[in-house]
Amino acid sequence: MSTPFDLAIVGGGIHGATVALFCARAGMRTVLFERGSLCREASGVNAGTLTMQMTRVALIPYALQAHAMWASAREWLGHDAGVVVCDGLSLAFTQREVELLSFRAGKRREAGAPIDLVTATAARAVEPGLGEGVLLAAHCKVDGYANAYLTGQAYHAALIEAGVDLREETPVSGVEREEGGFAVQTAAGPVRAKRLVLAGGVWLEEMMAWLGITLPIKVLVNQLAVTERVAPVMRTVVGIASGLLSLKQYPHGTVVIGGGWQGRGDRQRGGVELVPESLIGNMRLACHAIPALRHARLARAWAGLEAETADALPAAGPIPGIPDAYICGSVHSGYTSGPYIARLLAQRILGQEPADPLFPIDRLLASPAASPTPSAAAGRATDEQPQHV
Amino acid sequence: MMQADLIVIGAGPAGAAAALAASEAGLLVVLLDEDASPGGQVYRAPPAGLSVAPDTRGADERAGDALREAVAASAVVWKGGARVWSISGAFRVDAVTAAGSESFTAPRLVAATGAHERLVPFPGWTTPGVIGLAAATILLKSQGMVPGRRTVVAGCGPLLAAVAAKIVAGGGAVAAIIDLSGPGDWLKALPAMASRPDLLRQGLGWALKLGAACVPVLFRHTVTAVSGGEACEAVTVAPVDAEGRPTGGRSRVFAADALAIGHGLVPGSEIPKLLRAEHRFEPEAGGWAPVRDAFGRCSVAGLYTVGDGAAVAGAEPARLSGRLAGLAAAQDAGRLPAHVSAREAGEARAALDKALVFAGAINRLMRARPAMVEEIAKDTVICRCEDVRRGEIEAAISAGAREINQLKHFTRCGMGPCQGRMCGETAATLLARHVGSREAAGYWTGRPPLRPVPLADLLGEFDYGDIPVPNPAPL
Ligand SMILES: Cc1cc2nc3c(=O)[nH]c(=O)nc-3n(C[C@H](O)[C@H](O)[C@H](O)COP(=O)(O)OP(=O)(O)OC[C@H]3O[C@@H](n4cnc5c(N)ncnc54)[C@H](O)[C@@H]3O)c2cc1C
Ligand SMILES: Cc1cc2nc3c(=O)[nH]c(=O)nc-3n(C[C@H](O)[C@H](O)[C@H](O)COP(=O)(O)OP(=O)(O)OC[C@H]3O[C@@H](n4cnc5c(N)ncnc54)[C@H](O)[C@@H]3O)c2cc1C
Repeated sequence: MSTPFDLAIVGGGIHGATVALFCARAGMRTVLFERGSLCREASGVNAGTLTMQMTRVALIPYALQAHAMWASAREWLGHDAGVVVCDGLSLAFTQREVELLSFRAGKRREAGAPIDLVTATAARAVEPGLGEGVLLAAHCKVDGYANAYLTGQAYHAALIEAGVDLREETPVSGVEREEGGFAVQTAAGPVRAKRLVLAGGVWLEEMMAWLGITLPIKVLVNQLAVTERVAPVMRTVVGIASGLLSLKQYPHGTVVIGGGWQGRGDRQRGGVELVPESLIGNMRLACHAIPALRHARLARAWAGLEAETADALPAAGPIPGIPDAYICGSVHSGYTSGPYIARLLAQRILGQEPADPLFPIDRLLASPAASPTPSAAAGRATDEQPQHV
Repeated sequence: MMQADLIVIGAGPAGAAAALAASEAGLLVVLLDEDASPGGQVYRAPPAGLSVAPDTRGADERAGDALREAVAASAVVWKGGARVWSISGAFRVDAVTAAGSESFTAPRLVAATGAHERLVPFPGWTTPGVIGLAAATILLKSQGMVPGRRTVVAGCGPLLAAVAAKIVAGGGAVAAIIDLSGPGDWLKALPAMASRPDLLRQGLGWALKLGAACVPVLFRHTVTAVSGGEACEAVTVAPVDAEGRPTGGRSRVFAADALAIGHGLVPGSEIPKLLRAEHRFEPEAGGWAPVRDAFGRCSVAGLYTVGDGAAVAGAEPARLSGRLAGLAAAQDAGRLPAHVSAREAGEARAALDKALVFAGAINRLMRARPAMVEEIAKDTVICRCEDVRRGEIEAAISAGAREINQLKHFTRCGMGPCQGRMCGETAATLLARHVGSREAAGYWTGRPPLRPVPLADLLGEFDYGDIPVPNPAPL
């Protein structure tokens, strides 16, 4: 029998790939299993927005660190993911949105995001493409986007250079605990490793079940639309107070319209179906914000699956009761924050003290012994800081 | 939203026949096409106001008029000028029409959207003045226009002669016909072609017309370059072997301001792909084709696919396969007694089997020649929407792209408005060389919109208050 790997990771999205990268660079013999191609689920089909204005308040400190990582991806990742750092605006068109925006921008500002409330005139100076009817805007200088479709290619090269045994097109069918580690089941037989990270995005629920643990993971089916390449119509990232718009134009001219409007699909079939009304609603919102977009043609639309825990905070940390097993995922706006949170988990796996606290899942497990006050666990949702590990 | 028993998308010979058969059996049928009138590619009607001189009206024009009269006289609900952009559920169809976006729904759907053109790139293929061979038929039919003053007609299959003859009839000059096939290939096809004396006669008519006009024909030749920069000025051609690979023989240059070129047809099965129906790589059908039974039923319940969108075979097989699907839809809906449907279907089936003999011979002439793709130069553009060159595709494959959607992510190839209709065949053939087969390379995942649509047309006029903005995301 061959010597076991130091670390096996199941799931090659942004989380799994980043953990693999940092652990391998620190000298661990690392194997990464991906059912399909690297970063082709949520981590390759997302809107690529790196914005504080859609990030959950509790994650702002993480997102700021992660933003800095994205902005310097060429240095630490070594490859280009098309990152553009620019201003971001969140708009209010109605009185209700003015209130929502003021409250939300305030909370995010308290959490450390450099967000200022500005008048419509000031917003238009930042983004000349804005339409009429803006009552108030939140302006954040730390904003921007990456080209999500380049993530797989960039990480692919980085992982190979770091010596990771990258196994694409290799679905894992289960994991067994055994003396000194884990046996990861693949069609080509079991692969042994001393440590295990489950990083399966919306499929974490199934993966946890391999270990006999029930962890409900909600599946969001986010729709995106993209126009053909057009002459410049905007230069910033634009959203609205409710967080239901994310809009920017890439240097090559396409405009990506997102904001989490829901399509149909599930874990088994993927994001198979777009809902025309919600696609149209999302595009109307986009054209209301940036009217010049009306002249573009819709070229493509799709849906991808995003994972959410019961309290909408991440699942990132050791798996309770199973030594040397870890989980990493369900991070809201996880493309933005993912690299940082996954790097924290890598620090933990490497025996270091993570620079910021992780998000252990004890709070989410329905074990009768562990959680006498489930309401307390659910109540930690929004602004409360997670505990140290 | 209009509710029907059956929605048919595409009003070429296939879709029209399906709609008529189902409607005669009593189904409420909606027939949609982005064109203003029924007819499809082969029987495309000239636009209103353009009259076609009576002496240029041939069999196709008469068949097209008959098809349009049949649809008009039937109970089929005809929706022309309706560009279908979205299909969801089982089945909701959204189309951009003069009225904005209109929706239709039915428990059954026939996809009859026809074929696309295959075009293997060469230096200069994106020069203005270079158009597809099949596209040239549209120009000639629907606009009564010749592609240029002096046109080279190149590629393979019977469209070569059809286009060249129409150019001559339309008053244009044909500099040369450049045929990938050799005289021997055509001779081999003759016995099967004799099964359709009408079409054989039509073909001979074209040949005579071209002979009378002294148009040179170069067999076993291909276009290797177009020069001219801003506009086509000259077309260079060279001899090739049976697989389309240059033999190194002497090349020749023809002065021309237009080139009509096409290397066969590929089934346009975007709808079955969008609805995640099972597909199979069928070279004899033109490429990836939806898996279907003898009546066009796909692996998705209630979905039928017929005509060149299911398997490239030409107008008559398209009509017959459409009729079979229309009958099947009526029977599946419980509206056509089994014995009636069996009799009618039996007749259509027998006629289809006969027609497929001819189609098989034509398809061999129009078959893909992967060797031509191998020959593409490193700096030749493959994806013209996104300017992706062969060298970038090879680099992405070296970087680890193993499947066509991953290749798309690595290069943007296929991400533009045509959604890979133009570059898909070439990109997949290049990838297949490295991963072993077209099956391993896979096909682009189906995505809406089925056709690029201007946002202004799709969204119409609206007030901010009308937008159904969902509840705010968690803070
Ligand atoms: C459409 C959309 C738009 C979004 N927009 C943004 C945005 O603009 N900004 C932002 O910050 N976030 C955005 N997000 C969220 C973000 O994309 C996700 O939070 C993040 O990518 C999740 O990464 P992950 O690694 O946890 O999951 P994933 O990327 O889904 O990776 C999980 C991987 O596990 C693999 N896997 C599953 N089962 C198995 C198995 N049995 N064996 C082997 N491998 C397996 C899967 O194939 C998959 O590749 C968006 C999400 C979507 C879907
Ligand atoms: C460009 C082109 C030109 C051709 N010209 C000729 C010719 O001149 N002579 C000949 O013998 N053969 C020609 N062919 C081959 C010919 O298409 C077939 O033999 C025959 O027309 C097939 O019939 P069909 O009904 O399957 O499809 P088609 O006749 O192609 O009909 C498909 C119809 O679907 C419609 N459609 C497609 N997508 C949508 C959508 N999203 N929304 C609404 N409508 C849609 C199209 O407008 C079209 O009318 C041509 C093929 C192509 C691709």
